[in-house]
Amino acid sequence: MNEKNMVTIVVFSGDLDKTLASFVIATGAAASGMKVNMFFTFWGLKLIQREKARPKELDWMRRMFSFMVKAGPEKRPLSKMNMFGIGPMMMKKLMKKSNVPSLKEMLATAKSLGVKLTACSMTMGVMGVTKETLIPEVNNVAGVASFLADAKDSQITLFI
Amino acid sequence: MEANVTLDCLGLYCPMPIIKTAEKIKELTIGEILEVISDDVGIVEDMPNWCKMTGQEFLCIEEEGDEFRAYVKKIV
Repeated sequence: MNEKNMVTIVVFSGDLDKTLASFVIATGAAASGMKVNMFFTFWGLKLIQREKARPKELDWMRRMFSFMVKAGPEKRPLSKMNMFGIGPMMMKKLMKKSNVPSLKEMLATAKSLGVKLTACSMTMGVMGVTKETLIPEVNNVAGVASFLADAKDSQITLFI
Repeated sequence: MEANVTLDCLGLYCPMPIIKTAEKIKELTIGEILEVISDDVGIVEDMPNWCKMTGQEFLCIEEEGDEFRAYVKKIV
């Protein structure tokens, strides 16, 4: 694989629609022979957190965030028309009807195509997320220097 | 056009046709031709661009009603 052919994506949003765009670009790039890095930060981190993982030693504020913002690829809200979860339900139904892969399937495809998944250590600290509560597909935990090092060598850098 | 291998992508939207193409082309030997059948209109622009990025040779696209048949020759 040509190292000069690299895409780096900051997955900031945890919304279903926006993360779907992130994964379409990531898998498409990987299938076109590019090396792809995805940095999951802030709300995006929720996507690579295990659904059932709920560490006990969180303070009340972190517990509130962890309760209000659900983890995992199947629990993502829509950036528009969320309607307390009815929007995503309908959107997922439409996606299935149109044969568009779900986020969970996209994640598996990205992984099998060799996309590197990095979790942001700062967000993990703020939200009280431990490495053990992340999905096993995550390659590493890192900070801004690692993102910049990858972004510097990339021809395409996106913030979604 | 005659192809060595046919890949059926009917009913699949972007990015699946190119992801499946990328997987399938690995099974071909140099010089062989892959036929990709798709009903996603995006394939018309996407297949030549995918070939440009991956270094494979784009041969042509044939349109038959709602279906497209894209032909790619494996050269790398």
